Amino acid sequence: MMITRRRALLGAALSITLLAAGCGGSDDSDSGGAAAETTVSEADVQAALDAGGAIKVWAWEPTLKQVVADFQKKYPKVKVELVNSGTGNDAYTALQNAITAGTGVPDVAQIEYYALPQYALAKNLTDLNTFGASGLDGTFTPGTWNSVHAGEAVYGLPMDSGPMALFYNKEVFDKHGIAVPATWQEYAAAAEKLHAADPKAYITSDSGDAGFTTSMIWQAGGKPYTVDGTNVGVNFSDPGTQKFTGLWQPLIDKKLLNPVPGWSDGWYQGLADGTIASLVIGAWMPANLESGVKAGNGKWRVAPMPQWEAGGKATSENGGSSIAIPEKAANKTLAYAFLKYATVDEGAATRAANGAFPATTKELGSTEFLGKEFPYFGGQKVNEVLAASAGQVVPGWSYLPFQVYANSIYGDTVGKAYLGQGTLQDGLKSWQDASVKYGQEQGFTVK
Amino acid sequence: MTDTLTIRPAARGAQRDGSVKRRHRSITLTVITALALIYSLLPVVWLLISSTKTQEGLFSSFGLWFSGDFALFGNIADTFAYQDGIFARWLLNTFLYVVVGAGGATLLNALAGYGLAKFNFRGRAAVFAVVLGGVAVPPTALAVPTFLMFAKMGLTDTPWAIIIPALVCPFGLYLMWTYATDAVPDEILESARVDGAGEFKIFFSLATPLLAPGLVTVLLFNTVVTWNNFFLPLIMLKDPDLYPLTLGLYSWAEQASTVGGDVVYNLVITGSLLTIVPLIAAFLLLQRYWQSGLAAGSVKQ
Repeated sequence: MMITRRRALLGAALSITLLAAGCGGSDDSDSGGAAAETTVSEADVQAALDAGGAIKVWAWEPTLKQVVADFQKKYPKVKVELVNSGTGNDAYTALQNAITAGTGVPDVAQIEYYALPQYALAKNLTDLNTFGASGLDGTFTPGTWNSVHAGEAVYGLPMDSGPMALFYNKEVFDKHGIAVPATWQEYAAAAEKLHAADPKAYITSDSGDAGFTTSMIWQAGGKPYTVDGTNVGVNFSDPGTQKFTGLWQPLIDKKLLNPVPGWSDGWYQGLADGTIASLVIGAWMPANLESGVKAGNGKWRVAPMPQWEAGGKATSENGGSSIAIPEKAANKTLAYAFLKYATVDEGAATRAANGAFPATTKELGSTEFLGKEFPYFGGQKVNEVLAASAGQVVPGWSYLPFQVYANSIYGDTVGKAYLGQGTLQDGLKSWQDASVKYGQEQGFTVK
Repeated sequence: MTDTLTIRPAARGAQRDGSVKRRHRSITLTVITALALIYSLLPVVWLLISSTKTQEGLFSSFGLWFSGDFALFGNIADTFAYQDGIFARWLLNTFLYVVVGAGGATLLNALAGYGLAKFNFRGRAAVFAVVLGGVAVPPTALAVPTFLMFAKMGLTDTPWAIIIPALVCPFGLYLMWTYATDAVPDEILESARVDGAGEFKIFFSLATPLLAPGLVTVLLFNTVVTWNNFFLPLIMLKDPDLYPLTLGLYSWAEQASTVGGDVVYNLVITGSLLTIVPLIAAFLLLQRYWQSGLAAGSVKQ
């Protein structure tokens, strides 16, 4: 029931996205190019804070609640209304609806990195160079800073990041004598050994997840998407992609992956009872394990993401969000003040202290952050592993300017391979074809 | 419905020592009815059992049987306390939407249905066609256009965004129309008019009691539709303080798929149980009127 309802929602979300993208796609020929001039100085921002006013923030990130409270305490004349407009796709539907309708557009919106180009290219977001955001270079990790750029333009400030790591259930690994895999070859061997030892247990779950697939290809050095303004390329036959399918296809064929959909109740149950023994996932996972998988307390550990070559040090980002200012926002100067407070100033520290995984080099390097012992992970200093991963993200990755749509059709194309209908490579080919077709319909030059 | 239809013949033949009743028994039908009963009750049983479990117990025990600890009352208390007691707010919101929306819709359905059934005017066939067409269009298909229209009028993210669409119910109108055609005899209306009663007086004092069973049916129908409304609020509302229960519970369930979100499946389940209790109560309280209404209609012909 859960799935059908989600699908219905997705359908509706899409119809709106299509509508809106159709409106926005035609007028831009130079998008993602030069930086806007700085017209609002820091003094102007400070003056706006002193003068006061009200802004509306749409975000689902739980740690922002505390940030908003602190911000209002520091600037008593500013009123921030924090609204949870839904998570992920629901939020994009709401945002796209508001932009299309032209009313009720928030001043600040949380947008995941993969979705940011879509809004940026449709000219729905403010280029933060207006506020001199390029001066923040070096504040954030290179991976996340790159994610909020389109050419010279900066369309959001990185709020958190998700460098990938291997989260594993040590109790299950120990029980079956499985060593923590350092390479993907060892990982595949561990998958086989574990499932043979306990037919109910799987190394991990995967029923087809676009974010995971693209992150895996990213780590393997693949660059299936090339974006240069409105010239877009989609190519899933590059060596990086083939590395991933070469690893994952046998795991699917031998039924070594638990087919339960990620983030479902069944998934949480599998994580709790040990039938899903590990996850290769973003660094934001600890908070979800602690709250959603209480039965795993003390059993889980974190290790570096398995490598393609022994001794390698390559990782990729999985998820993570920026906060951005819509073009139609009413109070952009105050909005920028909030953006900066939440991502660079005190807010970044507050959020890191409350369990979010930061995108700022300062927080990632702080001894307090790195030295924090997690009781859930048996006292392991988890952030050391995760922060190391943040510094090893393979550079040069980009998402499509219509990635929200592309991800939404992943299940209909690549998803079939997980059900044994065709191979991953076939599925990726039809994903590519469908993405190209859609891009062309939206007015992109797609190769 | 099959239950109600057997009530009357059985009652009529009561003095014949229930022999009629026995003859009607069929093993096949009993088995099919039993299966239908299990099919409809099983989810409710699952909900009842699951709401007695803690978040951990949900994952570590069999779905259709109790886990060790009985946490129902703790869950109920937590549901009302979670996020500063917003569940109570959602409950009141839902009541507001149902009372104003479904109540208003029922009133409009009755007035319009009665009018269309009892007054002959030019264009009635056209109205009939439009209403039938309206029944055929799923509300989900209208949600997005309605949103764009409401956004222009500045009505999104207000209670009106839920109440105004709820007032429009072509199916209820159609039901009242056909019911009024049979339930209110033209002779009564004519004699009332001869006695000098105004049209509104006739409607409220004469027609309404005759229409009561039909009204209850439409009221129940509208109540259920509004109570369970999910997609429209999802599109229209951003402010959690305006959410109805359906959307509120969805937002709690979605926390599980949010980075850093609090996973509260036990509260979602307990909240769902609390959400269906008023609906079940409404059905139990109103079914008497409902059944007599259906039966009355069948005997009349």
